[in-house]
Amino acid sequence: MTLFVLRRLLGFAVTLLLAAAVIFFLLDLLPGDPAQFILGINATPENVAQLRAQLGLDAPAWQRLFIWIWGMLQGDFGQSYTQNAPVADLIGERLWVTMPLAILAMAIAIVVGLPLGILAARRRGKLLDTGIMVLAQTGIAIPNFWFGMLLALLFAVTLRWLPPGGFTSWSEDPAAAMRALVLPSLALALPQASILARVMRTALVDVQGQDFIRTARAKGMTMGEAVWRHGVRNALLPVLTVLGLQFAYLVAGTIIVENVFYLPGLGRLIFTAISQRDLILVRGATIVLIVAVTATMLVIDLLYALVDPRLREGEQR
Amino acid sequence: MRGALRHPSLVLGLTASGLFAVLALVSLVWTPYAIADIDIGRRFLGPSLNHWFGTDNLGRDMVSLIMSGTLTSFVVAALAVGIGAGVGVPLGLAAAAWGGVVEWAVLRLSDFVFAFPAIIVAILITTLFGPSAINAILAIGIFNIPVFARVARGGALSIKTLDFVAAARLAGLGNWAIAFRHLLPNIASLIIVQGTIQLSLGILAEAGLSYIGLGTQPPATSLGLLLRDAQSLFLLHPSLSLVPGLAIVIIVVALNLAGDGLRDAIDPRLKQQGGTGVAS
Repeated sequence: MTLFVLRRLLGFAVTLLLAAAVIFFLLDLLPGDPAQFILGINATPENVAQLRAQLGLDAPAWQRLFIWIWGMLQGDFGQSYTQNAPVADLIGERLWVTMPLAILAMAIAIVVGLPLGILAARRRGKLLDTGIMVLAQTGIAIPNFWFGMLLALLFAVTLRWLPPGGFTSWSEDPAAAMRALVLPSLALALPQASILARVMRTALVDVQGQDFIRTARAKGMTMGEAVWRHGVRNALLPVLTVLGLQFAYLVAGTIIVENVFYLPGLGRLIFTAISQRDLILVRGATIVLIVAVTATMLVIDLLYALVDPRLREGEQR
Repeated sequence: MRGALRHPSLVLGLTASGLFAVLALVSLVWTPYAIADIDIGRRFLGPSLNHWFGTDNLGRDMVSLIMSGTLTSFVVAALAVGIGAGVGVPLGLAAAAWGGVVEWAVLRLSDFVFAFPAIIVAILITTLFGPSAINAILAIGIFNIPVFARVARGGALSIKTLDFVAAARLAGLGNWAIAFRHLLPNIASLIIVQGTIQLSLGILAEAGLSYIGLGTQPPATSLGLLLRDAQSLFLLHPSLSLVPGLAIVIIVVALNLAGDGLRDAIDPRLKQQGGTGVAS
């Protein structure tokens, strides 16, 4: 088990290192000089050269890459030259919108999707099953941001229950902050719940045909008991994998949905950074997204091994 | 043909997506009104005989916009499938045919690319070159590569164990010949099914990217870009976002139905397994 965990951690570190290198060199290709940008067009060449030296831009690219990575390991993502603030602070502030949004959406998707999937599997071939699967098929096809627009139209404009957009910070009014996240998280959750319902149904239908369910039935359990005690647990394995992958895309998807509801999350920060060509901020924000994606997959891998001992490869026994 | 008729979802899905594809192609030579035909005097019109779905904030005809937008969305998604299959399938075949280090490298590479969701690639490319439809094609295409690599490898591995491949090897065929002459034709159906699924995902992804301004740019139009245009107005004029949104939903449902139907028609065994077997 230790070996397994160590190997996965190593893989995680290598992925992040390579990702950092890809991002760094891609953005380094760009023409334009940050020092020139900061000082403006009237700067003398001497001043620009001085600032370049001060910012460490004279060093070769690979050296700057390692300085960047080393800094990030210590929580220093560099200084944004358009916003005049540490990149880590700017991103950290936005994560207070993006992360709760993603987690809330995932929670809704799980609470809605899994029971629907179980229900459909238990009523396989019946009207209820067909109904749930038609819903899921449609849910997968609906762009989450468009669903967000429809939700805003219904709940914010017509019914006036919830705000159509904007955000009050958690420290100011936690209840208002929460209310601002309800519609966006519902919008994000719809396709996720649909995918989860489908995967859960398929996994459970698979499991229902297995021998251990028959054994449990032979022991005198009803089908419902057998499926609940043994089936669902086993069916959760494939669901877990999908959950990990989906969470990764959910984090990325928040960027799009934030746009519908004018939420000051990571997405808004990135778009501002792109339009102002603040490369230090762009690379900081993208690496944070990639860390979120990769870390989720790592956690799922480890959870998987915890749930299913057969998968702890490298185990000598 | 009779076989196809036994799969109603395939017929329905193919017909509906075919219909949209035809409408999109027609927009190349004819649309009811010109796309660039701005006429403020007739903006925000409701549905009428002249404008079936009304007009937008610039007085442009919605039907024409949807036709032309559908074309962009299809082209972006199709080219992205082309990139994904063009790079991914050879990689997957190579992994299956050579095994060993090649296989290890392909699997690690696809793990690595999975760490870059399409939107992150789009952000990086947009920072480099500025926004355009090409960004969306590249970003979605790169995202598609590991998907096709895995499907091709999985399919090829199961074919590789069959006797006729062993016979081909005895006959002196090398890895290249086996991969392209024997493995590829036998996994073609899997690739086509996956292609249909990625096409529908690509249309959704294009919509998302164009909506946040990283994809298609005016004066061209796409279904996602129409939703971006509607963003500031949809609370007052819901139809501006309803029509393009519904078009996306119908196209994606149609493609998914076609994909599911194709899979069932090509390989009935997968249907019994419940149908997620292709992607894993």
